[in-house]
Amino acid sequence: MSAVNTNLDQQSIEQTEISLMQGFWAVLKRDVVTAFRQRSDMINPVVFFLMVVTMMPLGISPEAKSLSFLAPGLLWVIALLATLLSLDSLFRSDYEDGSLEQVILSPQSLYFMVIAKVLSHWLTTGLPLTFVAPLLGVLLALPAEGYLPLLGSLLLGTVTLSLVGAIGAALTVSLRKGGLLLSLIIMPLYVPVLIFGASCVRMAVEGFAIGGPLAILGAFCAVAIVLAPLAIAGALRMSVEA
Amino acid sequence: MKFQFESIADLLSMSGHGPYVWGAYFVTFVAIATLIYIPYKLKRQIVAQVKRQQKIEKPAH
Amino acid sequence: MNWQWFHRLGSPRWFYEKTSRWSPWVGTLALMTIVIGVIWGLGFAPEDSKQGNSYRIIFIHVPAAFLALAGYYVMAIAGAVGLIWRMKLSFMVMKCAAPIGAVLTFISLVTGAVWGKPTWGTWWVWDARITSMLILFFLYLGVIALQGAYQSRDLSNKSSAILSLVGMINIPIIYKSVDWWFTLHQPATLKFTGPSSIDPSMAYPLLIMIFGFYCLYAWLLMKWTRLEILEQEQKTNWVKELLLTGGIKSSKS
Repeated sequence: MSAVNTNLDQQSIEQTEISLMQGFWAVLKRDVVTAFRQRSDMINPVVFFLMVVTMMPLGISPEAKSLSFLAPGLLWVIALLATLLSLDSLFRSDYEDGSLEQVILSPQSLYFMVIAKVLSHWLTTGLPLTFVAPLLGVLLALPAEGYLPLLGSLLLGTVTLSLVGAIGAALTVSLRKGGLLLSLIIMPLYVPVLIFGASCVRMAVEGFAIGGPLAILGAFCAVAIVLAPLAIAGALRMSVEA
Repeated sequence: MKFQFESIADLLSMSGHGPYVWGAYFVTFVAIATLIYIPYKLKRQIVAQVKRQQKIEKPAH
Repeated sequence: MNWQWFHRLGSPRWFYEKTSRWSPWVGTLALMTIVIGVIWGLGFAPEDSKQGNSYRIIFIHVPAAFLALAGYYVMAIAGAVGLIWRMKLSFMVMKCAAPIGAVLTFISLVTGAVWGKPTWGTWWVWDARITSMLILFFLYLGVIALQGAYQSRDLSNKSSAILSLVGMINIPIIYKSVDWWFTLHQPATLKFTGPSSIDPSMAYPLLIMIFGFYCLYAWLLMKWTRLEILEQEQKTNWVKELLLTGGIKSSKS
């Protein structure tokens, strides 16, 4: 009799308390759904990517030879800039409507909630950028060997870009005009990802093995997943407390 | 150890590299002098400010 | 364990009074070593067989570059101490380390460019170490920009501490990546491990200059932090007393 009672009690407790995984999925799902509802935040970086790529032949030369030489670096630099532009809105609306405070006050570990938020940012900006990049490679006459490495390096690299960028977004979220400042403080930190990402594509085009740079991009990604949420969580707590 | 240059003019020209060497040293000197000057300027401002504050709080009798 | 010194270190007043006694000594030491080093380096060190006299820029370029990098670590560690132990003084040191470090980075960039002109024929080469220095300069600028963006001092302190810690973790990664990419660069001139590729007659003045720059850095950081203390504590009685009674003396000297 009593055993059944305690069982029931436990069940009711479990029903009211949300586990870490449930919280993670709830945050992730909510953010992805909001991003899909307000499509502009999701589509604008991709449109920016497309537009800047169009500027390149106009500014440099429409010759396929010179474009194909520049393509790996250009695509990576522009993808990086597009990510930077999308970062400002990462925590902004949540900060303004107070839901960020709720996430911080919730009993679930902020560390994982932050990962969920950044993951949803990546799913709605980094991932679309990655899939559009090969199409833009066609516009810039990227040699055929470069497409898969471009896809792979962007897939790994944009995760790191989102994670590192989220630190800047969290630091500047309480500032009214954080956009340009955010780019200033984050861009130097993007240097390693840019170097290995762009050279991964370049090496593939030139016929070298690309295992090395890809592995290093993966390592960056792993380190960023472990360390960046700590800084993001700290910065968010600080911004919300003030 | 001996002095490497025959004359002052020789030291200044450094066999053609003078402008670069002296220019680099000059820029460094100016930059560090600025770093030294700023705290002194700030101190004068703070002293003036504290004195002004003091006058407001306790007018001279 | 006697942690009293550590807690006392957190008191701006204690720091101010102690450094009043230390800073003249450190300043004199810095001035003397730098004057000796400059005279030795410019006048007495032998001419380099390949680069001629232009190499004499090394005596300021290398120490400035050393201190630029060390200064970032000083800033980040001071920020970390401030975050962990909520130490006001530590944040003041962090705040002052940023502009000093940025100026030293600027010095090493400018002297590097001026050195490059007679050596490589151009003002700017995308060499690994120069590029890393430039990125270090950007990191400093980012921290300074973030510091200035906040109205609240507490928020400004904490956020720039977090940013400089993130930067500190990133610096070795940035250096290694840039190194990997730009293979066209000279081997490091001075290594403390392993045999150095520089002649003793040139190494001694360089070591003296490095030591002098360390003293100069310590002195500048003290000077700036003392002023930061005066500025932030100007409402307290001890600062008022100090400035109102010592004000006449300081205007004379």
